[in-house]
Amino acid sequence: MKFLDEYRDSRIAHALAKEIADWTTKPWVLMEICGGQTHTIMRYGLDELLPKQIELVHGPGCPVCVTPLETIDKAIALALRPEVILVSYGDMLRVPGSNSDLFRAKAQGADVRVAYSPMEALRIARTNPDRKVVFLAIGFETTAPANAMAAWQAKREGLKNLSLLVSHVLVPPAIRALLASLENRVQGFIAPGHVCTVMGYGEYESLVRDFNVPIVVGGFEPVDLLEAVLMLVKQLERGETRVENQYVRSVTYKGNERAQEIMREVFEVADQKWRGIGTIPQSGLRLSRAYAEYDANHIFDLQLISAEEPAECISALVLQGLKKPTDCSAFAVRCTPENPLGAPMVSAEGACAAYYHYRRHAGAGKVAVGS
Amino acid sequence: MCLAIPGQVVSIEQSNGMRMGRVQFGGIVRQASLEFVPEAQIGDYVLVHVGFAISRIDAEEAERTYQLLEETGVLKDELPEESG
Repeated sequence: MKFLDEYRDSRIAHALAKEIADWTTKPWVLMEICGGQTHTIMRYGLDELLPKQIELVHGPGCPVCVTPLETIDKAIALALRPEVILVSYGDMLRVPGSNSDLFRAKAQGADVRVAYSPMEALRIARTNPDRKVVFLAIGFETTAPANAMAAWQAKREGLKNLSLLVSHVLVPPAIRALLASLENRVQGFIAPGHVCTVMGYGEYESLVRDFNVPIVVGGFEPVDLLEAVLMLVKQLERGETRVENQYVRSVTYKGNERAQEIMREVFEVADQKWRGIGTIPQSGLRLSRAYAEYDANHIFDLQLISAEEPAECISALVLQGLKKPTDCSAFAVRCTPENPLGAPMVSAEGACAAYYHYRRHAGAGKVAVGS
Repeated sequence: MCLAIPGQVVSIEQSNGMRMGRVQFGGIVRQASLEFVPEAQIGDYVLVHVGFAISRIDAEEAERTYQLLEETGVLKDELPEESG
């Protein structure tokens, strides 16, 4: 496919890997934020193409993984009400709540429907006027404008039976929290290309200034990621720190202003809890006052019992790049995609799932670049 | 979740007051909202995420990046590949 195949060309990938090796004189720890990028790295074995001194650690950029346990519990409680149709992205169904998951709720008779797009939630609300449709609106900045459109369009159409259960997270405050941590080892970041497609990359400049780390906005294909690593290594070896954009075919400095406009109208920035990590100030989105009537938290009286994560699960450390999935004693033994202890084993973007699929047996399932 | 796929806009229409398009991804055609890319026209490539186009791909930039990569990359790699 155009704009995909050329970025999977093995000749270019190998040439880039060689150039990275030529530039590298010291060990460097780099983090890719987005789980989609983690999967490309594991799938194509890009980390193994790199010189030994370059360590890639995986960031918290998996919305399914960081959606709070309480939100999952709320979604399950709502789904079990007879008047409710709960609409969710497919990835969320197997994510463990305190005692159950949406998949099991569905098996118990709850009306849980999987949607690829927020448009589906709108369509279901239009065609089921006597039911209450709740859309589990999760994601990073990439998804926020699309989720916002569900509420925006519902308001425009006068749909009264659609509400949103929102769990939205923002990337720059999470990077700030990682960098401010005493345990931080990361010396350079690959910023997520699709988040920046929406938001631009102006907001990463203060991170570079405050913490003296280079940040390169990167795409999602093997050639994109290797080029982003090369740009980071060049900056680090030269002692430079600035924001650079590798993903120029999609990302501009200001991002998609039209999408940002809708986001700002429907959502407002708020403190947000990240599963496994805790509350990060001003790191999430909630519905703005003008859209309070679309907030499932306001419409339904939701009682909550907070619960603990299984003690054996080290997802908090995995999500912060402090441990690798294979450091976990439960990995691929008591924790598998079929029976996950933690969310990173469930999501198609979770680091644990990536290691499970591509690294459980050395080399198994890996796809050669250019194939 | 942040997956976005490049596809080519093959038609544009209005539906429920929204600007929608049919977008071709390889052999598959799907409907997508074009609300966030008012500049996108038929024939343009857009990146589609959860049913919404979030950017029009800058074909010139893509071509330039690719050429640059290929020039530097392939030239440098020519000797090792030949001998390998």
